[in-house]
Amino acid sequence: MKVKVLFFAALREQLGTSGEEIELPADVDSLAGLRSHLRARGGAFEKAFSDKALVRMAVNQDMVPATARIKAGDEIAFFPPVTGG
Amino acid sequence: MKVSVQKEDFDLGAEVQALSKDPRVGAVASFVGVVREVPMALEHYAGMTEREIGKIVEEARSRWQVMDCTVIHRFGELQPTDQIVLVAVASAHRGDAFAACEFIMDYLKTRAPFWKKEQRPGGTRWVEARASDDQAAERWEIKRAEAKS
Repeated sequence: MKVKVLFFAALREQLGTSGEEIELPADVDSLAGLRSHLRARGGAFEKAFSDKALVRMAVNQDMVPATARIKAGDEIAFFPPVTGG
Repeated sequence: MKVSVQKEDFDLGAEVQALSKDPRVGAVASFVGVVREVPMALEHYAGMTEREIGKIVEEARSRWQVMDCTVIHRFGELQPTDQIVLVAVASAHRGDAFAACEFIMDYLKTRAPFWKKEQRPGGTRWVEARASDDQAAERWEIKRAEAKS
């Protein structure tokens, strides 16, 4: 299935991209699975996704835990802890 | 209820006045955050930011008597002394207005997807999240649990 992945702030700079459309293998159906899938790319991805505490996630613009399921067409965002206000 | 994520500055007086029009309003509590010392650029997740702030406002409305409320948060390049965020809450009485205003601000800091990047003479640096901000938000959960027990 295909999903849209977005990266923000320090994560976006670290990875050198603000996002992409990804075709996922059939066995990747959760956020945690997607995170592992990205991490397995190695290089900047492995580094950026190695510290789980520093990566927050949202599915279709709702903050969710890593156990959340994902489906085709979802907009999935990865970002560092927020620092607004 | 008004939630705005914008580049432009805002006018505190005008926003408070807009919240004071209803004759049942007896109190408007407002908070303005200002850029301190270091120039910065603010990035946000357009769409989710408005949604997340909207959810925080709804949560505040479920806890206190909130008659109306305005939240404005700026993004883009900001200089020291620039206004960055406004939370203003109208209620019949000050207790609810103060509490809801502080609650919204505390949750905004830990939940709304904004990221600050400081622009210092030596280079740029992403601001790191602070544990004290998480604690500020958590104490509302503790207060709520205490009130229930």
